[in-house]
Amino acid sequence: MEFQIIWFILWGVLWAVYFMLDGFVLGTGMLHHYLARTDQNKKILIAAVGPVWDGNEVWLLTAGGATFAAFPTTYALMFSYLYSALLLLLFSLIIRGVSLEFRGKINSDAWKKTWDLGIFIGSALPALLLGIAFGNIFSGLPMDAAGYHGSLLSLLNPYGLLTGVLFVLLFLVHGSLYVSIKTVGDLSAKASNLAEKLWDALLLIAVSFFIATAIATKLYDNYMSVAVLLVVPLLAVAALIGIRVFLAKSNALMAFVSSCVTILMVVFTGVIGLFPNLIPSSTNLAYSLTIYNSSSSIYTLKIMTVVAFIFVPIVIAYKIWVYRIFRSRVTETDVLKEDAY
Amino acid sequence: MDTIVLSRLQFALTSMFHWIFVPLTLGLSILTAYMETRYVMGGGDIYLKMTKFWGKLFLINFALGVVTGITMEFQFGMNWAEYSKYVGDIFGAPLAIEATVAFFLESVFIGVWIFGWNKISKKAHATSIWLVALATNLSALWILLANGWMQHPVGYVLRNNRAEMVDFGALLTNPYGWLKFGHTLSSGYVVAAFFVMGISAYHLRKKNHVEFFRRSFKMAALFGLASSILVAAIGDFHAAEVAKIQPTKFAAMEAQWETQRNVGYALFLVPDPARERNILETSRVPSLLSILAFQTMDAEIKGLKAFPKNDRPPVHATFWSFRFMIGIGFTMIFLTILAVLFSRRGSLEQHPSFLMIMLFAIPLPYIAGQLGWIVAEVGRQPWIVYGVLKTSAAVSKAIDTTQVYVSLLGFALLYGSLGAIDIYLLSKVAKKGPDDNISTLLKPPRQEA
Repeated sequence: MEFQIIWFILWGVLWAVYFMLDGFVLGTGMLHHYLARTDQNKKILIAAVGPVWDGNEVWLLTAGGATFAAFPTTYALMFSYLYSALLLLLFSLIIRGVSLEFRGKINSDAWKKTWDLGIFIGSALPALLLGIAFGNIFSGLPMDAAGYHGSLLSLLNPYGLLTGVLFVLLFLVHGSLYVSIKTVGDLSAKASNLAEKLWDALLLIAVSFFIATAIATKLYDNYMSVAVLLVVPLLAVAALIGIRVFLAKSNALMAFVSSCVTILMVVFTGVIGLFPNLIPSSTNLAYSLTIYNSSSSIYTLKIMTVVAFIFVPIVIAYKIWVYRIFRSRVTETDVLKEDAY
Repeated sequence: MDTIVLSRLQFALTSMFHWIFVPLTLGLSILTAYMETRYVMGGGDIYLKMTKFWGKLFLINFALGVVTGITMEFQFGMNWAEYSKYVGDIFGAPLAIEATVAFFLESVFIGVWIFGWNKISKKAHATSIWLVALATNLSALWILLANGWMQHPVGYVLRNNRAEMVDFGALLTNPYGWLKFGHTLSSGYVVAAFFVMGISAYHLRKKNHVEFFRRSFKMAALFGLASSILVAAIGDFHAAEVAKIQPTKFAAMEAQWETQRNVGYALFLVPDPARERNILETSRVPSLLSILAFQTMDAEIKGLKAFPKNDRPPVHATFWSFRFMIGIGFTMIFLTILAVLFSRRGSLEQHPSFLMIMLFAIPLPYIAGQLGWIVAEVGRQPWIVYGVLKTSAAVSKAIDTTQVYVSLLGFALLYGSLGAIDIYLLSKVAKKGPDDNISTLLKPPRQEA
């Protein structure tokens, strides 16, 4: 297989895994205040994501780093074209991280309320912005020989906004399911009820997204030529329905697994549709950034492949170990101990 | 101001702010890990208390290091797209490896360490902080190999309108990168040592938790002495490497205008870049600069005048930063010698003014580190990659001044508030001192449900 294709696959996997993992942290963050009305419950939710949020965010850094190393031209142009949007993303992720870490450091209401707001903004904005960014990548950016012709406002087109809302809803459902399997009692029940309610909205938006994708993007072209690929969007739909089915059976764990699969498959649906582009041009296809015209040299790709094939499995192994250590539900007694947050 | 100047200001602001947190993380992770190891090896509850207290300060600092680090990775693409396109083939690799090898390790095991007190065995818990320490130090290695390449580009060819990697081994073994790694790492250890000594000194003056802070001080004093000597020793080799590889930077560091052999060293001088000479100079120690740079008395040192004006770095910023860094470096060696002496004799509390000095010495290694980076980065100008790509050709084409004004202002406001919060939190926790209620710290491992 060509090294560009290996790195295209890795690129898609890194983004998809990032969305799957940070998705539930962002979702929990957005719902932090809504689900947990008492300080006790708020601490429980922070403890539920506390051990893993930082490690999950690193998938974003790795996706960014992989784009830089494997497709430097795409990294350079994507990050400079989307300057203002990325700046907002950066600021909100900084605020989210600091809020999660600092909220428990001082026992005062005003202090905690400030960081609660930070957790909400720092979770909602990244979800929306990442969705808008990927919506625009799916539909293409206005770029040609003269460079980029868009702006922060032009990103807010209907399809971009729809994808933004889709991401927000995906993460909300994902987050509430995570809360449901990581907590006990009323908190857990409230979270799974919420997931059920949000699911209807998610279904509506997801269907609109799949239809709008046919109109606003060329993503389905690849599926026309290689029909077997349709398995991926079909799996996305099946997993989406699976969430509802398992919720009806009160099996929150399987519902959460289904929402993991939904997120992975939605992202793969888009990424497969992009191939061989990383960012298509919406004005002149000849100026699309492809895995061939924006990639590193084969030598660099080879080195990076060796590194990835050695270290990514190691990373996955210790991450699984860590999720096992923290697999039990977080209870009130856990957050009574002062030292953890 | 144009996008180049604004982007440079922004890079300076964001990287220097990031560098407030990283050095303490590098050193304090090791000290905390050592404390916890002493506890696990049966050193007694006092080491657990030390782990908890210094660990709490470590975590406050660590969080800001993590979040300000995200900016660093994004910025290359956002503001320096032409740079990223031109050198991404070779510069992107160490960054991606840093994320894969180091960021995952540190971020996953910091979570284990914070939340795992009652979930895993004592040994596994201590191992997790050692893994964090290893990962932060590994992360420094990869980013400094990347920076080392910008200083001394190796293992590449210019092809397809860019620099392409042809020898990964050369990148990995770039002596410039390794010297920088050693110098930078040990400077981080000095920061941590002064941090622990300064806070301990504060409490020892007030006779709070005397045993606790005596031990902390002593541990940090030894660590600080070793690392402040190391940072100077490696720094000496590093400067010699600079003389060999970056003659313009070296000439600016020493304000050397003429190309001469057998150059002496003036302990004090004031450069006058406008007239390409020095205004004031004390008498020179014969041959010393030649010896420092090339280890022989009659070695030739290239002067700034040997290079076109456009290829010279700003002399004032480079020269003064270098001089003050060295001055602080020697001050710190002196202070750590006294610190080791007094703490070994157990006479720290009898020297309240020394303790006061050590409290106010906390910023010294921070300042020295920032000055060192000014030497490294300003001294490399006008190049972004020495001899290969000019900074002026590296900035993104797609951004306009308004965007960068807004982002620069945004960073200034956000980072300004984060800095204020950090200092507030650190001093609050530091002043409060260790938790006396050891029983709450020693919960038995929880039964698995």
